[in-house]
Amino acid sequence: MTRRVRLALFGVAACGLAALLLWSITGLPKFGDYHGAYGKILNKRAPQERQTSNVVAAVVFDYRGFDTMGEELILFAAVMGVAMLLREPREEEAPVPEDPVRSDALRAFGVSFAGATLVLGLWIVAHGYVTPGGGFQGGVVLASALLLLWAAGSYRAYRGASPKALLDLAEGAGAGGYVVIGLIALAADGVFLQNLIGGGTAGQLLSGGSIPLLNWATAIEVAAAFLLLFGEFLEEYIVPLHGRRNT
Amino acid sequence: MVPLQATITILVALGALAVALTSDLVRLVIVSSAYTLLLVVLFVVLQAPDVALSMLVVGTIGYPLVLFVAIRRDRADD
Repeated sequence: MTRRVRLALFGVAACGLAALLLWSITGLPKFGDYHGAYGKILNKRAPQERQTSNVVAAVVFDYRGFDTMGEELILFAAVMGVAMLLREPREEEAPVPEDPVRSDALRAFGVSFAGATLVLGLWIVAHGYVTPGGGFQGGVVLASALLLLWAAGSYRAYRGASPKALLDLAEGAGAGGYVVIGLIALAADGVFLQNLIGGGTAGQLLSGGSIPLLNWATAIEVAAAFLLLFGEFLEEYIVPLHGRRNT
Repeated sequence: MVPLQATITILVALGALAVALTSDLVRLVIVSSAYTLLLVVLFVVLQAPDVALSMLVVGTIGYPLVLFVAIRRDRADD
């Protein structure tokens, strides 16, 4: 096939696809026009039943808390796999490689943003069941705040702020904590992950029963998992670049 | 609401085109990161802030970082 034939073929196919897409877009329901029965019931009942103003959080950490536990364990296993693959060829006791950023402007900009991002992450976690956000979102924002320490500072600064031993502990404690909260509910109430501590006022920090606890367990697990992941990849990146130096 | 949705949808489409037309790997990572940022705006416009927040960090920071490391390693091995 010559270039011309191929272009002609692509032209016909693209026009057909565009026509089909336009046709389907005109048939879409109106914005906000929603017919899911389950979603409607939840929107109506969750704020009173679970004292949360963020129905998404009520679904993720309560009505479908078991699914979230599975997702958390998937992340846990995936990060453990990455760590096992990447850590094995490296020497554990080797000195931390150096790669400081020299530009003062970049350092000042990055470090100030790291602080602001850290506060934002904590805020998103803390208000996860009140406003949009939650443990997963806040956890990744927290991890990215520390990643800025590498981008604008050095790998040493990143490693210093997130020692591997602490991350390993936090990741396990977050994932395990979620399961333990579920087991406590099982022992107390006979239902795994049943919402334990009722009460509180929807829209306030003290609300949602055990949703805040699961929210924080998830945040700790996710932040630690992403920091571990970033750390392993950064080390892969920096070691061939600068080599290890004794300091 | 509709003009806003249309604008951002067109911007996302243009962004996707830019990603498809970029051949240099390092540039591709930057372009795809910017494309993700457009997607984040799309999610916010479609009133899905929870999804937008995760996408913001995973798509614009986490994913590019992993790609950069992979590219760097690939070039170091040559």
